[in-house]
Amino acid sequence: MSTLDTQTAAHVEDHAHDDHHEHHDNFWTKYIFSTDHKMIGKQFLVTGIFWAIIGGALSMIFRLQLGFPDMDLEWIRPILGNWITPQGKLDPEFYLALVTMHGTIMVFFVLTAGLSGTFSNYLIPLQIGARDMASGFMNMLSYWFFFLSGVVMLVSLFIETGPASAGWWNYPPLSALPQAVSGSGAGMTMWLVAMALFIVSSLLGSINYITTVINLRTAGMTLARLPLTIWSFFLTAIIGVLSFPVLLAAALLLIFDRGFGTAFYLSEIYIGGEALPQVGGSPILYQHLFWFLGHPEVYIVLLPALGITSEVISTNSRKPIFGYRAMIGSMLGITILSFVVWAHHMFVSGMNPFLGTIFTLLTLIIAVPSAVKVFNYLATLWRGNIVFTPATLFSIGLVSLFISGGLTGIFLGNSAIDIQLHDTYFVVAHFHLVMGSASFFGLMAGVYHWFPKMFGRMMDSRLGYVHFWLTFIGVYMVFFPMHYIGIAGFPRHYYSFTNFQAFSGFSDLNAFVSAAAIFTFVAQLIFLFNFFYSMYKGRRAPQNPWNSNTLEWTTPIEPGHGNWPGAIPAVYRWPYDYSKPNADKDGFEDFIPQTVPLSETPNSNLPFEKEQMEEVKQK
Amino acid sequence: MSQTSTLIPGATGVWGGGKEPMKASYGKLMMWFFLLSDTFSFSGLLIAYGMLRFRYPAYPHNPTEAFLPSVDYWPIPELVFDAVPFLHGVHLPLVFVGIMTFILILSSVTMVLAVEAGHRMDREGVQKWMLWTIVGGVTFLGCQAWEWSHFIHGTDIGMTVERLVDGEWIKSIVTGANLAENQYGPQAFADLFFFITGFHGTHVLSGVILNFIIFYNVVVGTYDKRGHYEMVEKVGLYWHFVDLVWVFVFTFFYLI
Repeated sequence: MSTLDTQTAAHVEDHAHDDHHEHHDNFWTKYIFSTDHKMIGKQFLVTGIFWAIIGGALSMIFRLQLGFPDMDLEWIRPILGNWITPQGKLDPEFYLALVTMHGTIMVFFVLTAGLSGTFSNYLIPLQIGARDMASGFMNMLSYWFFFLSGVVMLVSLFIETGPASAGWWNYPPLSALPQAVSGSGAGMTMWLVAMALFIVSSLLGSINYITTVINLRTAGMTLARLPLTIWSFFLTAIIGVLSFPVLLAAALLLIFDRGFGTAFYLSEIYIGGEALPQVGGSPILYQHLFWFLGHPEVYIVLLPALGITSEVISTNSRKPIFGYRAMIGSMLGITILSFVVWAHHMFVSGMNPFLGTIFTLLTLIIAVPSAVKVFNYLATLWRGNIVFTPATLFSIGLVSLFISGGLTGIFLGNSAIDIQLHDTYFVVAHFHLVMGSASFFGLMAGVYHWFPKMFGRMMDSRLGYVHFWLTFIGVYMVFFPMHYIGIAGFPRHYYSFTNFQAFSGFSDLNAFVSAAAIFTFVAQLIFLFNFFYSMYKGRRAPQNPWNSNTLEWTTPIEPGHGNWPGAIPAVYRWPYDYSKPNADKDGFEDFIPQTVPLSETPNSNLPFEKEQMEEVKQK
Repeated sequence: MSQTSTLIPGATGVWGGGKEPMKASYGKLMMWFFLLSDTFSFSGLLIAYGMLRFRYPAYPHNPTEAFLPSVDYWPIPELVFDAVPFLHGVHLPLVFVGIMTFILILSSVTMVLAVEAGHRMDREGVQKWMLWTIVGGVTFLGCQAWEWSHFIHGTDIGMTVERLVDGEWIKSIVTGANLAENQYGPQAFADLFFFITGFHGTHVLSGVILNFIIFYNVVVGTYDKRGHYEMVEKVGLYWHFVDLVWVFVFTFFYLI
């Protein structure tokens, strides 16, 4: 064990050195160019919230157009300028820009960077028992590349030709030719630059998360004792490392097609009767490359939310998570399957129907691990001693949305039914429930649950309850009717439906959806107030507000750089020893933290734990 | 540190925490994961190559006779890449690119020797072998520059193409290659050649720069002071990766 001793000692010394520097922290090193994973996590969170407001506001504008097509939008001219036509209507091309930017911002900036970036950074070192990420410097770079990417994307919103408008997937030739739509000019260039920066940021972050989880777990923290949050962040990072580079390849080829006259994606295109010189490219190639990222991206967004939910549900049901290993297994299954289902986004691209069948099969297999997870959540809650904190409510909300959104996924994954449903509002409703709202609820659960650790203060739980119920009801009011609109055949990305006789019967429903969307968006102001008010004026947080087992609650209430002032605690058990039988005889209530050695809990140890103790004694 | 020196029940294996399970520092792990990621970028590009290439029929003529280029089918690489510097007009299929590849593989060998010397803390040895690796990398880049230049300027013959201009078929001769047209075959042939070998060349260039930084650090004794030559190992991983990727690029562009 001597090597272990010196390693750990050296590690501690390293950080004692860091702590020394901590005293000289000024504003710039503490809040701006911080290498502390906790500060970087908070930077990601606040930036994510900023982007959520922008992304949400964009959706409000196009919802107004969809729900109330006759409305006079002159009053947003101060913001949108000439994107409001002289008749007081929204410019049709800008409508496309709005949906494109809403998608891009929500998928990448809010639910990837804001969710995975925040909680992977914040929780990985705290929950595995490490002083910081493996490389604090790279971690800082990761945030600043994200920030730069955001600056470029934000600026693109304000340029005269408008931001990218070809949908968040930006299929060529629409995205490749500025003649096709004005957003495919400078806006698209900036979109590509921003995404390249975002990919660099994601790569720097993900490599760091993976390495940290492998190398920096504290003594005793075996893989089978990792909280499920860490498992989910770990697998998310692996998906990110393997899928984002393919988007990079796709984007680079698109840059060449746009700027340098190559023909990777373009072939035989005529503009105003003139043939473009490019011959021989394939737009389907872009779709394959894009969705090879695009589909795993769904799980990059969703897995961290599922991990957070596991942790929050188990803690607040005061019960061990049901099927810990099945949870890990299903996440592994989802990770692997996420790479082999991408073509279900392309069922109607002219793909060989036989290939469609294969992708249908692979896609439907994902229902199995997803169902395992849902079953385990419900079984964990079942007869639990549930404490209804706002975080618990949001986690249960996630499970609900995951079920109702997941069911429609079974329809859409089927290549035959997809012929009818593809590119309609049914798809929009499906992924907004299962990926958008579910992940958003996971994000909220995480914020409510770890806010006390982040800022040393509690959020107001009554405002939290109000926020939950309004959001939960609001989300269902928005996306449930949308399924019917989709089944009725409404295509996505249409500026207006007033010219179609067939759709006139549904204009009320569209107006209802828009009203519900505005209601839900406004309800988020409660959260914003609660978040920023509690940061400064909230009730002081106790050491362990949720009586949780994981390591982060053993740090000081407001941990400094290095997390634990003394030695890093060792870990002796898994993180889900809630309501363990006979724990009271050992002097514990309904939870036994991970740091309590088995030797201190002789009465509650399970047979396998006794065996483990015997094994060590023999050594 | 008392708790770490006692065995923790259920956590006695290498994955038990508090140690590096793969006996690799975080820096080396990060390099491995970065390379894994980069593998996927190259795979994406090579798959793009495969998909675009197989949209075209194979070369329909007798490959032992004179090469007849056309935009309607994919050329045979042996007939395109048959030039060697100073040997104008001689048909030497894949000889030059073979020499290039051999040089790059040799530079990987010298990199291994540098890493090995680093393990022995032999500064002189690391210096020598790093320098040879840099020489190999620069030579490869030089060869590639010649290869590109030859590809761009083209052969004496060129390719005759017919275009429909204002309702009339007009014949013209294309020589050399650029991103819009080339004398060897379809547009995508040159586009992919420039893009993928260029992407690889950029990797080689950054590898040479990294190697040079490491070489400089070795010369001024940074790693002697640090007590280990792990940085040499890390750039070594990158260099081998760049080499390995070339083997695939070579296979796709020149052999298949």
